[in-house]
Amino acid sequence: MYNDKVLKVFQNPSNSGEIPDADGVGTIGNASCGDIMKIYLKISGDRIVDAKFKTFGCAAAIATASVATDMVIGKTIDEALKIKNADVVEFLGGLPPQKIHCSVLAEEAIHAAIDDYRSRQNKQ
Amino acid sequence: MRVYLDNSATTALDNDALKAMLPYFTEKFGNPSSLHSYGREALRAVDESRAKIASLIGAKPNEIYFTSGGSESDNWALKGAVYASKALNKHIVTTSIEHPAILETCEYLERKDGVKVSYVPVGKDGRVSPEAVKAAVTDDTLIVSVMFANNETGAIQPIKEIGEFCREEGILFHTDAVQAMDSQAIDVNELNIDMLSMSAHKFHGPKGIGVLYIRSGVRIERLIAGGHQERRGRAGTTDTPLIVGMAKALEIAVQNREENNRRIAALRDNFIDRVLKEIPYVYLNGGREHRLPGNANFSFGFIEGESILINLDLNGIAVSSGSACSSGSLEPSHVILALGVPEELAHSSIRFSLGRDTTAEEMDYTFKVLKETVEKLRSISPLFDSDKGTGSYV
Repeated sequence: MYNDKVLKVFQNPSNSGEIPDADGVGTIGNASCGDIMKIYLKISGDRIVDAKFKTFGCAAAIATASVATDMVIGKTIDEALKIKNADVVEFLGGLPPQKIHCSVLAEEAIHAAIDDYRSRQNKQ
Repeated sequence: MRVYLDNSATTALDNDALKAMLPYFTEKFGNPSSLHSYGREALRAVDESRAKIASLIGAKPNEIYFTSGGSESDNWALKGAVYASKALNKHIVTTSIEHPAILETCEYLERKDGVKVSYVPVGKDGRVSPEAVKAAVTDDTLIVSVMFANNETGAIQPIKEIGEFCREEGILFHTDAVQAMDSQAIDVNELNIDMLSMSAHKFHGPKGIGVLYIRSGVRIERLIAGGHQERRGRAGTTDTPLIVGMAKALEIAVQNREENNRRIAALRDNFIDRVLKEIPYVYLNGGREHRLPGNANFSFGFIEGESILINLDLNGIAVSSGSACSSGSLEPSHVILALGVPEELAHSSIRFSLGRDTTAEEMDYTFKVLKETVEKLRSISPLFDSDKGTGSYV
């Protein structure tokens, strides 16, 4: 059901891990539903200089987290917010219909990490 | 290396069974219902196969009804019994761990026909207690349906005790024995079974053929109307090659049963021991006793089952998972949840089902790849700290 591109990314995901001094962290999902996506962002000025992820979930969840973090690195916050789950799916050459929600989780986790960054900024 | 550890899903067709089948696709192609020599030649093969299958389960040939497989047999047993009954109130007793072919048929009968159904729960070991089944029976109970052995946990159910009770009470007793035919000694009289479902492809027979055993004297309505095949029990042109293949495969399975069981169980036990000892946060789903010899089912803490399955598959190892992600549904396996396993661990369940062709070398390789897979996925999991080697769901 997965295409070769998805399997390849799943097998060798980029950006897996944590950023200990991240400027924004976003977590979406919960274990009882079978999916947790956690995204760490390092932000300098208004640019995302590094992104990492940790995922509890299926192969599609891991692959979309890898692609989504790849996509946001080097982007400004506004550019990153414009990245849609459909862009991640397109990059992967498609996902089975029941797996589209995994790509939504990646988008939501990036938004949550940016929200976290902004709320930290507002507190300063 | 390719390793097939999904023998509960399906098995490879036995070579001798295939050889027995081949002539009935081509030169002996006759319709067993035809009166001429072509038909008689095919009918002879069907009759012999029917007699063979009957003798292997202690039944009479005219109690064997050929169907398209386990699902049809399950549907027919329950719907047929309900539709043949003139009782005003009809009640079915079954378990919470049945195959969807039983559970969805029960839901259908509840919805369409106002039948009441009791779903008896199981213990941590995946077994129903005969007492709980007895307690669920009412004056209206028409039929009790309890699977012989579960497809996910391999838990073998107390069929003898339940059969005895049903016989004393005069209640029909059906068992879905799809997972049990190759490894369990089954005599329908000794076990007081009134109806039994089987499916050939689970014991190295062909796909698309099964049996519903119906004890003589038991009246059930037919589901597939049409011709007079199967003593007017099930219409449809008799599939000679598949029937011949099923009979041959069952004969071979029963002949080698004890030897296969011993060998497969030894490989499986060694595998379970190693996994529980050498991989942390692993839980065996179901008990170690009363378990099909080829079944091992684990939950792996802090990682998700489908990603384990895919990573094993990328290394050539075929297994199945109770995770919602792998089935396309939103809920994880109803069987694993029925054991009292929390949802997050049900999502991480993996079934290894060994078969007659499984080797020690394959299991060594599987263990090695499994250990690496679990470590790799835990290193990506937000619930696990690989430096400390500990995890938490909160």
